[in-house]
Amino acid sequence: MAERQFKKEVQKLYLGAGQEFRGEGILAVTKALLQSGVSYVAGYQGAPISHLMDVLTDANDILEDLGVHFEHSASEATAAATMAASVNYPLRGAVTFKSTVGTNVASDALANLASGGVTGGALIIVGEDYGEGSSIMQERSHAFAMKSQMWLMDPRPNLPSIVEAVEQGFALSEASNTPVMLELRIRACHVHGRFIAKDNVRPPFTLKDAIEKPSRDATRIVLPPGSFLHEKEKIQKRWPAAIKFIRENKLNEVFADGKQECGVILQGGMYNTTIRSLELLGLSDAFGESEIPLLVLNVTYPLVDGEIEKFCAHKKAVLMIEEGQPAFLEQNLHAILRQAGLQTKVHGKDLLPMAGEYTGAAVLCGLVKFIEEYAPRLIDPEHLPSAARAVPPAEKALRLVESHVHPRPPSFCTGCPERPIFTAMKLVERELGQHHVSCDIGCHLFSILPPFNLGATTMGYGLGWAGAAAFHTKETGKRTISIMGDGGFWHNGLTSGVGNAVFNQNDSVLVVIDNAYTAATGGQDILSSKATNPIRTTQLSIADAVRGVGVKWVRTITRTYDVVAMRDTLKEALTTDEKGPKVIVAQSECTLNKQRRLKPRMQKLAQEGQRVVREKFGVDADVCTGDHSCIRLSGCPSLTIAPNPDPLRKDPVATVIESCVGCGLCGEVAHAARLCPSFYRAEVITNPGTWERWRMRGRRAVIDYLQQRMERRLATVAM
Amino acid sequence: MPNPTTPAIATRPRAITIAVLAMGGEGGGVLADWVVDLAEHSGYCAQATSVPGVAQRTGATIYYIELFPEAVAQATGKEPVLALMPVPGEVEVVIASELMEAGRAIQRGLVTPDRTTLIASTHRVYSMTEKTATEDGRVEAAKLIEGCNQAAKKAVLRNFARMASEQHSVISSVLFGALAGTGALPFPKEQFEEAIRRSGIGVNASLAAFAAGVEAVGRTEPRDSEPAPQVANPASGPKVSPLVTRLASEFPAMSHDILRAGITRLADYQDERYACEYLDRLAGIRDLDAKFGDGQCRLLRETGRSLAVWMTYEDAVRVADLKTRRARFDRINHETGTEPEQLLQIHEFLYPRIEEITDILPKKLGRWLRTNRSARRFLVRVAEHGRVVQTTSLRGFLQLYFLASLRKWRRRSLRFFDEQQRIEQWLARIRDLSKEDYYLAVEVSEFPRVLRGYGDTSIRGRKNFDAMMAALPNVLQKPDAPQRLKKLREAALADETGQKLIVALREVTA
Repeated sequence: MAERQFKKEVQKLYLGAGQEFRGEGILAVTKALLQSGVSYVAGYQGAPISHLMDVLTDANDILEDLGVHFEHSASEATAAATMAASVNYPLRGAVTFKSTVGTNVASDALANLASGGVTGGALIIVGEDYGEGSSIMQERSHAFAMKSQMWLMDPRPNLPSIVEAVEQGFALSEASNTPVMLELRIRACHVHGRFIAKDNVRPPFTLKDAIEKPSRDATRIVLPPGSFLHEKEKIQKRWPAAIKFIRENKLNEVFADGKQECGVILQGGMYNTTIRSLELLGLSDAFGESEIPLLVLNVTYPLVDGEIEKFCAHKKAVLMIEEGQPAFLEQNLHAILRQAGLQTKVHGKDLLPMAGEYTGAAVLCGLVKFIEEYAPRLIDPEHLPSAARAVPPAEKALRLVESHVHPRPPSFCTGCPERPIFTAMKLVERELGQHHVSCDIGCHLFSILPPFNLGATTMGYGLGWAGAAAFHTKETGKRTISIMGDGGFWHNGLTSGVGNAVFNQNDSVLVVIDNAYTAATGGQDILSSKATNPIRTTQLSIADAVRGVGVKWVRTITRTYDVVAMRDTLKEALTTDEKGPKVIVAQSECTLNKQRRLKPRMQKLAQEGQRVVREKFGVDADVCTGDHSCIRLSGCPSLTIAPNPDPLRKDPVATVIESCVGCGLCGEVAHAARLCPSFYRAEVITNPGTWERWRMRGRRAVIDYLQQRMERRLATVAM
Repeated sequence: MPNPTTPAIATRPRAITIAVLAMGGEGGGVLADWVVDLAEHSGYCAQATSVPGVAQRTGATIYYIELFPEAVAQATGKEPVLALMPVPGEVEVVIASELMEAGRAIQRGLVTPDRTTLIASTHRVYSMTEKTATEDGRVEAAKLIEGCNQAAKKAVLRNFARMASEQHSVISSVLFGALAGTGALPFPKEQFEEAIRRSGIGVNASLAAFAAGVEAVGRTEPRDSEPAPQVANPASGPKVSPLVTRLASEFPAMSHDILRAGITRLADYQDERYACEYLDRLAGIRDLDAKFGDGQCRLLRETGRSLAVWMTYEDAVRVADLKTRRARFDRINHETGTEPEQLLQIHEFLYPRIEEITDILPKKLGRWLRTNRSARRFLVRVAEHGRVVQTTSLRGFLQLYFLASLRKWRRRSLRFFDEQQRIEQWLARIRDLSKEDYYLAVEVSEFPRVLRGYGDTSIRGRKNFDAMMAALPNVLQKPDAPQRLKKLREAALADETGQKLIVALREVTA
């Protein structure tokens, strides 16, 4: 079950023509898919489109009513291959994944799809994870569109434009027999806005029709001579068809043309940031009524030469606002103008940052430089908005705080079952020294940060063990450790990592972290999830799968919080005489999901008068001496520091704050690392049994008596 | 020509901009949702965005909201174009759920004196860097507060987290209340409350917390984010009173707070006789301080502090004593919020090591056990393993109670003997040094700070201390000897492995 539930929100998908939809961008995209008569949707979760998958999951009933098939694909490659359904049949289909990482995985299928072309509209919705908060390498989806010649849409980031782009995307795809990529930046995915809905459309041609009356066209298959034909067809037929569609349907927009002798060309996704910058310069109102001519490219690939030429023809210069690099659009612009013999000067990455996110401040500063050069009378350099000034307005405050603000990267949640695995690895490191650790993608990658500082590389989702493949030599008996999450394992790790290690007779250790969900993407179910899921098959064993491909040495730890067992198993794997690949499956449920499940249940039980035990850890401040080694072995957000209550000591003491969920790691570490006697576990028992209460009363009488004796002595010291 | 300074532009309608800086799991998203709902029900269109992704997992996250009056939009017949991220210097309201996050907002240029109302909670959620430091790695909260006051047009800095906890609610509700209280948004308080009601989850607790937030804006709060612990001494009991009288008459006033805390601590730890010995030991230091010091009593104060902590070294008896006290039971009861009809059980995580056992045995027996191999092996086998003792059970309590009662025999124990010897050597060193160089002696008086912890940490601390004492003769003749010694102490405290001290020793004696 996913982290976020959309059961309430998906009701908005029932809205009919003329009704106003209010909600998140992702939900609007789903609505747009239904309005477009889509037949199937597939995808793989990952920010920023995780919620799209979650919305679709929660909307499964609505989808089924409309005859739409929805799949959680095994990987982005699976998702992209799903679009084969649109090759021979007039079926509209959409797939979605995180880009560029998902697009990387999908690109084999995408290239095949793009080569043969499509009959039904094929829309690839990519969530562009670029800039602030991004968790991946900073690359552009644009390159994928160019290399396979798929069309790329980058609509203005407001709900009406996004919804329209979905609808037009299908039409463009069908008009040009080409898959279309719809790029949504991370903030656009999560933007709350509104649009006027249309009725949902049941696809006129259904999956049933296709299955029952199959048809084929061998020329659509990538095999010579078809493949050579496809390349020509892309240029001679599909490209011109796309250009024609884009022009006729005015997918790109021109504003305020003729107002100045200079202008700005921008990606649709940069529109709001650009308008805000112009507004701050007094060159636009709040409604986008600009003083500077704008050409907004809602389709960024291909560019329509005629549109560019027309916009640039009577201008001295244009500024290309293109986020990300290489600057494909700027280069294309130069080529178009050169071929047309136009002398319009092109600016872009010379005035704007070459790399990095185009924030409000970055665009503002670039625009100021451009306007100062070509229309200086429009702005007053003495009264620029503060973000464009050389000296920031609160400079003194900036200097005051600068050394007092630490980065705060994400880390393992309170009670995370992955933390003890790395605590155990730290303890093994104390005994056996450092090992090369190959990491994977998932929450477990936080191990590379303090306090664990474990892990040397990560080569991609599910590629943890593959990333250690080279470290395989008879010249040493020392082994490497690789990490893989359950998500990555099913995505491809079973073959790319486990199968590879078996086949190549590897002698290293893999730890598969099985927390029952793809936790990092928002807790979606996978094959090995413990929960029952009415529309998916779950509860399959990772250990069985590993044995199935031939691993002999497999150990399963069913409670990762058992640090001693974890440590000893790791030690055994690293030191055993047995040769061959070794796999440790470390299982415990993702605490975010567990707490969400347990908390309401515990509350309900307590209200019903049932016996409920709540656990919380604590530190005795007067026993703690403040060297914080417990924190260095945990990093738990609930285990923190507090001022020392002892007037004679200066260093802060460790403390456990209210948010503790009583996972038990603190106690396990205190034992496994022989830390200190400061830790205690408190159990609060609601609705205790009668016998339990009587026994406690008896104990209390004795303890009270003895404590009184102690108190008498202490009263002679202080009152 | 349009120009930002012309009144036409200045009066142009512009969006109200709000940035919320929170950490994952703090309810920043809920707060943003409330603001959107509030605005949409009050004649505004609202746009909100965030960058969740992995930042959800306890990392710093920004939620950004823009509001625009619907009536103005309808008059023009157009939709406003709202931005998806804040532009530095153009943010009306910044809400930070924690003090360092407020600092981050300032660092990002979001808080500016011409425009921004800053609502920030002054409590601290310590960063990993602060938490994992081996000593005190905390940043200066006062600097951050000063920065907030300087950067903002209006700064509302309160401990909103404490209010939330007092109201059994979450910080987002209190911050929403503070937002209403500042009047920074053009909506009446009642509309805010309606937004909470409409959200439908935990309404009553949220409303109470909201009210606390509203109220807090009008109240000025002392700057109490994390006050440094004051040496506040409780009233003395009958057995300690004579010592306090002696302290008052024989020791300079400037040392009273620390020395009195020392007396109390020693009497609590052992008995009044031990506290008396403490004062006896300090008498010599007092005289030297008066003779060679600069009137600030630094040597007496620091020696008094270190000596009190050292003399009350942590042994199994002390731990058992502290763990069985009623005040502790009451404290845990309170902290866990245990209601009278609920039961509380406390489990201790203990790992007795052979050293900790021999520490509290009579001197000769302890030594024999430590040195005799087979006896040692036997003891390791039977005793040295982690155990969980339930102090609220009879068996567990009695075990610890018995251990605590060994206090009466502590003076005969191996560890007591060892520690007193070491203390005397250290004091002698201070006395000798103070005659040569007062400030050097002050540094040495702070050396015992490296003696702390249990098990390995304690053994390492002792090793470090010995290394530092051994290095003294080599450092004495060097220029800036006090600074060199300070460097040594800091190096010893700075890392777990002792590597930094080894490097520092090499540098300092070079």
